[in-house]
Amino acid sequence: MNNLVYNEMLKIVRKKRLFVIAAIVAVLVALFTYAQFKQVKELQERLGTSDWRTQLQQQIIDAQNRLNSSSISEEWRKYLQIRLQQQQYYLEHDINPSAPGAPTFMRMFIENAIDLFLPLLVMVVAADLVSSEASGGTIKLLLTRPVKRGTILLSKYIALLLAISFILLTVALLSYLISGIVFGYHGWRLPLLTGFTINGEDLNTEGVHLLPQWKYVLIELGLAWYVAIVAGTLTFMLSVLMRSTAAVMGIMLAALISGAILSNMVSSWESAKYLFMVNLRLTDYISGTAPPIDGMTLGFSMTVLAVWGLLALAIAFIVFTKRDVY
Amino acid sequence: MTKQATLIVENLRKTIRRKEIIKGISFELKEGEVFGFLGPNGAGKTTTIRMLVGLIKPTSGRISICGYDLERQFTKAIRHIGCIVENPELYPYLSGWENLEHFARMVPDIPKARMNEVVELVGLQNRIHDRVSTYSLGMRQRLGIAQALLGKPKVLILDEPTNGLDPVGIREMREFIRFLAETEGLSVLVSSHLLSEIQLMCDRVAIMAKGTMLRVDTVEHLLKEQARVVWKAEPLEAAKAILAAETSIFRTDGDTLITPYEPKKLSVWNKKLVEAGVAVHEIQPKLPTLEDLFIELTGGETIE
Repeated sequence: MNNLVYNEMLKIVRKKRLFVIAAIVAVLVALFTYAQFKQVKELQERLGTSDWRTQLQQQIIDAQNRLNSSSISEEWRKYLQIRLQQQQYYLEHDINPSAPGAPTFMRMFIENAIDLFLPLLVMVVAADLVSSEASGGTIKLLLTRPVKRGTILLSKYIALLLAISFILLTVALLSYLISGIVFGYHGWRLPLLTGFTINGEDLNTEGVHLLPQWKYVLIELGLAWYVAIVAGTLTFMLSVLMRSTAAVMGIMLAALISGAILSNMVSSWESAKYLFMVNLRLTDYISGTAPPIDGMTLGFSMTVLAVWGLLALAIAFIVFTKRDVY
Repeated sequence: MTKQATLIVENLRKTIRRKEIIKGISFELKEGEVFGFLGPNGAGKTTTIRMLVGLIKPTSGRISICGYDLERQFTKAIRHIGCIVENPELYPYLSGWENLEHFARMVPDIPKARMNEVVELVGLQNRIHDRVSTYSLGMRQRLGIAQALLGKPKVLILDEPTNGLDPVGIREMREFIRFLAETEGLSVLVSSHLLSEIQLMCDRVAIMAKGTMLRVDTVEHLLKEQARVVWKAEPLEAAKAILAAETSIFRTDGDTLITPYEPKKLSVWNKKLVEAGVAVHEIQPKLPTLEDLFIELTGGETIE
């Protein structure tokens, strides 16, 4: 098995796929870093002051005033208290929450990449894993070795998982290292708010708590990894089913983009929540953004993705082991 | 000394979408023989070969390789087969050597020495570390054979091995295949639609058409039956009447008659013709070729 996985990794590396992906990530991170740098500059100019401590103090005073008023709901009060706590923490520890460091950039990059950019990168590797062997004819050599078909496909899938992990590591490292040049490498201990749940119109703050940024980033990376594996598995199945790598990419791309579009307009179509592509933004549950359809939770989305992934894997293996190869 | 059968095919059938493509074929390959697989395009040669190497699952029938059933003991059976199906398609972005390493890793214990051995055997020493994308078709064909021989197979299956080779390459390939069978004792199954090829390198030939096996026999036997004599005589009608009484006449071709070739009776027939006052201008034994037999057997059939 080790030998087979080695073979598959060798092919992925020699096709220069991973190199291309790393280059794409590096370019994009540099681009976004510059864009954010510009944004920060502009904000400072508009406020007329670069001293964030006075701004923060003003915000804390505002919040305290609102807490003293009696017309405030219990939920809201709790939320404000937590925010106050957060702001005081920033002030005490001399951390500027509005000037992003590399970890903050990394976190935002992952949040924005999880539903389209990351699956896209994974697709570049997964799309031709099997289909290129079929269209290149090398599948005939591969399947006439004394190795069972299932084992061959499994070795390819393990290679895919390794490649996905490598891609995630690349995204994390490059976004940290490159953005750090501009924003500095501090901010790992920055406390962030998490634990919001949203039921319809109401914000449920029961589980809200503070999390240091390094833990927060780690959780988001884990979720991104999970999403990448599901997207990779789906692409992998298409790659087994189809000879043409272009067709595999086309279908996957259409599905991913339709997910981004659907998320904005399916709030009234409830059963759309069982589609995998509207469930990709797992990090939204951590930061507390409202899901596209009511009743979607982190657990629900992860389950939907798992079911899609497992089904795709089962189809891939059944078809690959039974199929006549022409 | 009876030679052992290495590959046995029994009543092999394949139905695709209710259409029977292979209609129950049976044959055997013996140790050290080159077996030719002949048939027009669409006869089912490639489908059969793909079934032999496990790429296509037969609808019914049995394939056994060195005593192992291909379907039930796939890895053990396929271990003894080396093959090139259609074109030798290898990874173009890897070097020849890396391609061999790739396939060597898929078979338990192939030492590096064996890899050097096959590279030398096919004569690729000088270019083996170049990328396959820079290889000519002939070199790819050689590399294809090298990978097929890696695991020391007992049966070598080559689909159209001389496809795209130049005349020198074709001759080299032919000699190489004979060498493998005679010296190394491999059973080699060669498919081709080039009849002259098959005639020159095979011991036995199977002729396929429309998914059935029309004939399986040694090249010698097939050709002996096929020998013809061309008679040029005057008047033709009288000659035809006399010869018809003695033997069968295949056809009349312009001013000639064609009969089977029976060396011992030739002079008797000739005498009768002369006695009947027929002027015999020419008696010409026609050199037999598989091509005639092939066309006769398959009847220039069209593909369904």
